[in-house]
Amino acid sequence: MSAKSGRDTILGSIRQSLGRPALSADAKRDLDEHITKHRSNLVPARGKGEHGELVERFQEMAKAASCTVAIIPDEAGVPAAVADYLRANNLPTQVTLASDDWLTGLDWDSQSLLETKQGKAGIDDLVSVTPAFAAVAETGTLVALSGANHPTTLNFVPDYHVVALRKSQIVGAYEDVWAKLRKANKQGRGFTMPRTVNMITGPSRTADIALTIELGAHGPRSLHIVLVDDETDGETNGETG
Amino acid sequence: MALATLAGKVRAMAIEFMKPGAFKENAATAMADPDLRIAMKMLNDGMIPNRQGAVDKLPEFEKLSQRGRELKDHVLGNLDFYLERFERNCKAAGGKVHWCSTPEDARLAILKICQSVDAKSVTKGKSMIAEEIHLNGFLEKNDIEPVETDLGEYIIQLAEEPPSHIIGPAIHKTKDQVSDLFLKHHAKLGRTERQTEPPKMVNEAREILRQKYFDADVGITGANYLIAETGSSIIVTNEGNGDLTQTLPKIHIVVASLEKVVPTLEDATTFLRLLARSATGQEFSAYTTISTGARRDDDVDGPGEYHVVLLDNGRSAMLGSEVQDMLRCIRCGACMNHCPVYQSVGGHTYGTVYVGPMGAVLSPALLGVSDTKHLPCASTLCGRCEEVCPVSIPLPRLLRQWRQRSFEAGDLPSLERWGLSTWAFFAKRPWLYGAGAQLAMRGLAYLGRKKGRVQKLWFAGGWTDGRDLPAPEGQTFQERWRKQQRGRKLS
Repeated sequence: MSAKSGRDTILGSIRQSLGRPALSADAKRDLDEHITKHRSNLVPARGKGEHGELVERFQEMAKAASCTVAIIPDEAGVPAAVADYLRANNLPTQVTLASDDWLTGLDWDSQSLLETKQGKAGIDDLVSVTPAFAAVAETGTLVALSGANHPTTLNFVPDYHVVALRKSQIVGAYEDVWAKLRKANKQGRGFTMPRTVNMITGPSRTADIALTIELGAHGPRSLHIVLVDDETDGETNGETG
Repeated sequence: MALATLAGKVRAMAIEFMKPGAFKENAATAMADPDLRIAMKMLNDGMIPNRQGAVDKLPEFEKLSQRGRELKDHVLGNLDFYLERFERNCKAAGGKVHWCSTPEDARLAILKICQSVDAKSVTKGKSMIAEEIHLNGFLEKNDIEPVETDLGEYIIQLAEEPPSHIIGPAIHKTKDQVSDLFLKHHAKLGRTERQTEPPKMVNEAREILRQKYFDADVGITGANYLIAETGSSIIVTNEGNGDLTQTLPKIHIVVASLEKVVPTLEDATTFLRLLARSATGQEFSAYTTISTGARRDDDVDGPGEYHVVLLDNGRSAMLGSEVQDMLRCIRCGACMNHCPVYQSVGGHTYGTVYVGPMGAVLSPALLGVSDTKHLPCASTLCGRCEEVCPVSIPLPRLLRQWRQRSFEAGDLPSLERWGLSTWAFFAKRPWLYGAGAQLAMRGLAYLGRKKGRVQKLWFAGGWTDGRDLPAPEGQTFQERWRKQQRGRKLS
């Protein structure tokens, strides 16, 4: 062990190469302001627009990324939509649900053939159903936050991943998600990040064998979005970005 | 099959040569490898149009690229500040930062963390920094099994080869070679049927690795970005292996180099818009994951500890030097996909962890110019790499700078020095240069007078063995230029 820590050595070497000492308090304040203001850089035009347009774009982009999408008029229909999906894909009827309040508040008993359990994913779990925190029109991307009722493993371990999303959760650009996250997790003057923010665009894939794209490399083989139309008559009850 | 066996032997020899000093020998071996030709043609036919397609679909790409470049330059000028902020916020979220000047420091820091939980098995997401510090061999020596989980990394781990591309480590392997490799290694696991279809091959690897994720004590990933604002790390992947790797074990270790830090989530977003489009031609990779600290008290899954091993390894010394621009690199691999030299010789020829144009610029900075002097010369300076670089790194200029350094240090063989001196003698005397060029052009035109091309040329067998040289029309560029200018004045 040298007397000087790795930290001091590296910071010292950076300053020596840049030909200056550590930044002055004023300079640091300016840079801290850059961080605190976290201004958006250029946001592409496709990440902006009327909410209806963004909902359309989200679906188009998600499908282009190999997602399947089923639109239902009412959240009460989510369990039936999940049962339909299992039937159409010849899948067993056991599903693992995120123990999210909204999701578990739905009437899963209405589907007599469906067996549900809650919690994190085990190695043998084949199908998971989770909610999302938001979805991004720009690239058809779903955003999930980890938490007590939102285990990360449900997004990656099962072969089939079903996400129940409400239209009002769709925003235009990634920047809209950061704004929503800062608001939802506000703490004091800043905000807390969850352990994991997952941005998911389509099912798992690889091109590592002879550059041929194959779905289902290590994560889900299939990603199905049940999109709840909670905005009938053009009214929105969520953020529109 | 006989051809494949021969190719296998050729490759085994190539790997033995794996050192940057053997570039010329490696190149000759690679050019004679029929399997590598197949693999490289797929790269050329697939990656180039894919990237162009994705760039064309986003009208703002150029402007984003400009902004990305400015952001990186801003961060590099204030790197000490942003790293300190990253550390502060990472700690506040329950993470730990390990500052490591050398690969050895990094290996020891990782070993210490692994030993703290008596780790027997470590799963790994794809990380070039882990390759740079030669982590796998070190872990094995310390009785810890490293399990590569990215399919490409898994393939080359089975083959005991280094990566040949920074994005697609097994891009040099044909489908048949992977079939053979899987059969050889999976037979003892009861998979005795040789799979030849990619879906079945992918599935076989998936099933074999599944239990390993759950059994591992530690998961190691790289980082595409570190965010100063939140103390988070980001990985961008397609397979989902990185997420399983960092979620299931007790400990998540991130290995990252200093220049990966960006100020805010918004700034990281700008690079995310450039990365997948430049790398694989996707609008966005399947999984972009932001990780901050260890699992929270009420979380039901996730790692109990989060460590970030920050590696310098010569990067801080690159700041303020003529190769500082190289630190803007976001590791998309577009430069190598578009490089005619890389496409001809493949990644292993370089004999270094980083390959292609970015590797030929970065490796001399990390390993010293004497040991890597052939790499900056492995370029035609055609400029395609700079054209497709999403952060406008002037790769040809940087390659020329290394060449000059290497010439000044007297590292070049005497024949090359003599050749350059001879060329310089003519170049400094325009009248003599012009006369020489006239003589050469007329001579070549004469040689190719029948077919319009020259099939064999003394001293240039390296060119004419593989293809014909188009015969010039008999005039030099200067002559034609003068003629055209005269024509313009008259009209």
